[in-house]
Amino acid sequence: MMSKPQTALLELRHIHKSFGAVQVLHDINVSLVAGEVLGILGENGAGKSTLLKIISGIYHASSGEVCVDGKVVSIKDASSAKALGIAMIPQEFNLIPSLNVFENIFLGNELKRHGWLDKRTMREKTQSLMALLETQLPSDAMIEDLSVAQKQMVEIAKALVNDARILIMDEPTTVLTAQEADVLFALVDKLKAKGVTVLFISHKLKEVKRLCDRLLIMRDGEVVALEKVSELDEHDMARLMVGRELSQVFPAKTVGGQELALNVSGLTVPNLLSDINLQVHCGEVLGIAGLMGSGRTETAEAIMGLRKRSQGQIEVFGEVVNIKSLQDAVEHKLAYLSEDRQGSGLIMNFDLSENITLISLNKYKKGLIQHQKTRERAEHYRKLFSIKTETVSTPLVNLSGGNQQKVYLSKWMDTEPKILILDEPTRGIDVNTKKEIYHFIRELTEQGIAVIVISSEMEEVIGLAHRVMVMREGKVQGELCGADINEQQIMYLAAGLREQQDSNNAQGKRA
Amino acid sequence: MSQVSKSTQINSSSGSNQRGFHLPQLSLSKYAPLIALIILIVLSAMASEHFLIPRNITNVLRQVSYTGIIALGMTFVIIAGGIDLSVGSMIALIGVLVVMLLNYLGDGWTAVTLAIGASVVLGVIFGAINGLITVKGRVAAFIATLATMSVYRSLTLYISDAGEVVSRNTFYPEVGGGYWLSIPIPVWLFLGLAIIGHLILRHSAYGRHVCAVGSNAKVASYSAININRVYFLTFVIAGITVGIAAVMLSSRLNSVSPGDAGLFYELDVIAAVVIGGTSLSGGKGTIWGTVIGAIILGIINNMLNLLGVSPYLQGTVKGLVILIAVLMQFQKNRT
Repeated sequence: MMSKPQTALLELRHIHKSFGAVQVLHDINVSLVAGEVLGILGENGAGKSTLLKIISGIYHASSGEVCVDGKVVSIKDASSAKALGIAMIPQEFNLIPSLNVFENIFLGNELKRHGWLDKRTMREKTQSLMALLETQLPSDAMIEDLSVAQKQMVEIAKALVNDARILIMDEPTTVLTAQEADVLFALVDKLKAKGVTVLFISHKLKEVKRLCDRLLIMRDGEVVALEKVSELDEHDMARLMVGRELSQVFPAKTVGGQELALNVSGLTVPNLLSDINLQVHCGEVLGIAGLMGSGRTETAEAIMGLRKRSQGQIEVFGEVVNIKSLQDAVEHKLAYLSEDRQGSGLIMNFDLSENITLISLNKYKKGLIQHQKTRERAEHYRKLFSIKTETVSTPLVNLSGGNQQKVYLSKWMDTEPKILILDEPTRGIDVNTKKEIYHFIRELTEQGIAVIVISSEMEEVIGLAHRVMVMREGKVQGELCGADINEQQIMYLAAGLREQQDSNNAQGKRA
Repeated sequence: MSQVSKSTQINSSSGSNQRGFHLPQLSLSKYAPLIALIILIVLSAMASEHFLIPRNITNVLRQVSYTGIIALGMTFVIIAGGIDLSVGSMIALIGVLVVMLLNYLGDGWTAVTLAIGASVVLGVIFGAINGLITVKGRVAAFIATLATMSVYRSLTLYISDAGEVVSRNTFYPEVGGGYWLSIPIPVWLFLGLAIIGHLILRHSAYGRHVCAVGSNAKVASYSAININRVYFLTFVIAGITVGIAAVMLSSRLNSVSPGDAGLFYELDVIAAVVIGGTSLSGGKGTIWGTVIGAIILGIINNMLNLLGVSPYLQGTVKGLVILIAVLMQFQKNRT
């Protein structure tokens, strides 16, 4: 397939993997040389994570061989992977919040002198690692005080301190802002120059294109393409992943309604938000853009009664409402899908029907819960969203991210909302499911539901929203609509490079 | 009743379908308490000819019912992610107060009825105190109830002057000492409360919310569940069960000895819940598991007595059984 200029650093030969009767990986063959960056693409459930878990020793292949430096190795567990120079940066970080940076980096490999911890050397080594990563991070900073991007840096440093030669990154940019992601890309380039091989999983086709040498595209546990990146464009990638043409990721926008559904004015949360004004009409999608920490999520949480506001008035369909708790918000037909699907959205050991009816449980009560009815309702959503699972009694842990997101959406749709706030609705989700969700949002607007979409993905905001509100440092920096909604305008506002010129107009409209 | 058993059947059958290929392993761990109970009964029957005598069986069940009733309430507390260490002291305190109230009210069934009502109310109050400290004071349940355990016991001793409190009511002993269809009243109550507990846990919105709070409190609060209320009420439920158990215990003996009554009950109660498969980290558990857990503990105690094992060694055996149950849980979680 490819001429090999040198011995492969990592080679997978005929890897098969089954869980019971279900075959999840089928005859995977890849060979990587030192300093190569391999992008791995595939829909949720295509087998990417399983493959990486085999390489990093968490799972064991049912058959096939893994070779490092041309020798067949047996990777029994995480520590034998470490010994071979294989390190994985997990999606959920494995850092201990109450320890500081250098303690985490050397956790399990503490340097010692005369039997005591050699803190000085560990600090020095941490500093030189941070210099290499071009990060200003004090070695004594506590992990719990760090931002997500900084935590990721610590994870990478932890991998490097063990002399990792094969670095596996599982969707590293989902938690990063655009700028932070750029820093990460620069770092990957640098590691590549040092001869580190990187396996990079991502759903963002653009960054894969930018970063990787070759691409491994998987579908249903098989390799459907292993090509140089230069030979594929984004369109090809999407087509190969899904196995058919992806016509129009974003559906055409509806006209948008006239009736004012939600009118928020002067919303203020001490230290977080000041004087937020926003309106959404029935059948309209309002996009909220902004960098991490700009107050987008906090705005949603304040509207939903999850944060105490010091000032501000909320009108729902022209009526001033006093929302003090999430229960109040639900009563006024507001719904909010949090960005943290697993942390605050779904109960992982509950099954589909238990999760879907958790908020709307009172609908299914006649004294006792009518379990049959809840299951029927869950079945309805399973069909509506084509959620891939055997039955509605399957616990959520067994579902892929995209399917979990569909369950989360079902859970809030079952409260029959009129105003729906979606916070990062497609984070960590494959192209096909994204498209399904976008089309569903359009259907909702056709039904006259007012939708707010908070997103860090520029395309998503641009593709979906009738109007875009850009936030910065807890304030509304500006509002864009129509042809003004483009990447450049949003970035300018988000980065604070300019105030919106016609912000006076927007203010006038609101008043 | 029939409706309940039908719906549990539906649950279990659909549960086994979806699990497909790893069916044997999972259903084994699910039914582990039941299997353990059956093995224990068979072993006990072989080890001692006295074990299966009806009088012995009713005795075991009666012994079990006091801690068993409290274990039902404790199941809610533990599933919600808490723990209540004060139940042993609370049963003594309520017992003493109820007997004193009876003596104040005089003889007759009316007094008994009033006293029973009062003990439930007292259970609600003492449970609510535990709940308020944990929820409003944001004190870990372990610490909060460790403190009230000490307070309740000390109050018991103070009120009674550390002397045995004896009831003068002649009807009272019939409550806990009585039989219906040749089965002791406390056993009936244990059964009845277990059914109510099961209905609340599995078939009411509140029960669903308890599991949700114990699984992931943040998700629960982002699902419009008032997690403080849910958590608080689990302590009240535990208090109510303690109140009922206090009536059973004090009426059976027609007296309460403030230093000994309910001593180490918290251990037996928590052990019953854990042996029954409820996860100490919260989120998962069943009432029927707790019932079986309580019976397992009772049979072990009974067998040690029948076999003439030194009472000083019984704590060792109980400790080992708890350890095995918890170890099995960890194995389950690991796979």
